[in-house]
Amino acid sequence: MVKTLEDLAKIRDKTREALAARKGDLTTKIVVGMGTCGIAAGAREVMSAILDELGKRNLTGIAVTQTGCVGLCDKEPLVEVSKPGQPRVTYGLVTSERARRIVAQHVVNDQIVGEWVIGTQG
Amino acid sequence: MKEISLHIMDIVQNSVEAGATKVSIGVDVDSGRDLLTITVSDNGRGMDSEMTRRVTDPFVTSRTTRRVGLGLSLLKDTARQTGGRLEVLSAEGEGTRVIATLGLSHIDRPPLGDIASTLACLIAANKSIDIDYHHACDGREFSVRTEELRSRLSGVSLADPLVFCFVREYAEQGISQLCSTTPSLLV
Repeated sequence: MVKTLEDLAKIRDKTREALAARKGDLTTKIVVGMGTCGIAAGAREVMSAILDELGKRNLTGIAVTQTGCVGLCDKEPLVEVSKPGQPRVTYGLVTSERARRIVAQHVVNDQIVGEWVIGTQG
Repeated sequence: MKEISLHIMDIVQNSVEAGATKVSIGVDVDSGRDLLTITVSDNGRGMDSEMTRRVTDPFVTSRTTRRVGLGLSLLKDTARQTGGRLEVLSAEGEGTRVIATLGLSHIDRPPLGDIASTLACLIAANKSIDIDYHHACDGREFSVRTEELRSRLSGVSLADPLVFCFVREYAEQGISQLCSTTPSLLV
């Protein structure tokens, strides 16, 4: 199907509806490391997988953002998940497959994927 | 970096870290002159002439988390390997422009790669920055401007997953149509 800018109106309405339905929710934050080290290690594929998975599950209102190099270059790609009222969890050596599981298990079901965690805070 | 689009992602990250609110990305394929030109311009804080001169040295960086700065030096190497060059123009308080020229048909030129995902990620990850993307292929043009996307979305975030998927598909389509007459130029 050919995509045109007019499609954005549909996305806007759909997203607004979804956001209105979960009014009052505090936002979950997902941060992907996108310094030179992160990008060379596959941060783009990881970020694409996260957004793609969120899209498939119709999860809207989650803030996905990026950060530069945090000095843990050998553990890139890094993904940090913080859910309201829970500790901030950093995952290391994330692949696109792992990223999808982090979305399903941690973001959706509140189960931290212990085996890939390299640090928690808070 | 395996793809030119990853270099682009990396150079834009410099703009973000320099506090830019507007970033323009240009990809220009010119088969007549056998050139691929990549331009990234921003309105970030810029650099003084000394830093601008030294910035492609891998042992120069403004960061504090590690003591090497690889992005621009890697792109410079890639450009030079293909008979091209890297130019960095900057003025303090005004912004920076990076221009990489590569030999289009040179055997050592990496493929452009997944530029649609790159653009979609950059837009989603930096939702408050104005990003203009312009892709030209032997005179045919395709562009994406976040300002226009934002006005059509009226309040819905550019970081929304559905918006990301839209941008990726929209760019993929637009760019592949652009090079349809000369498919070899797509990579």
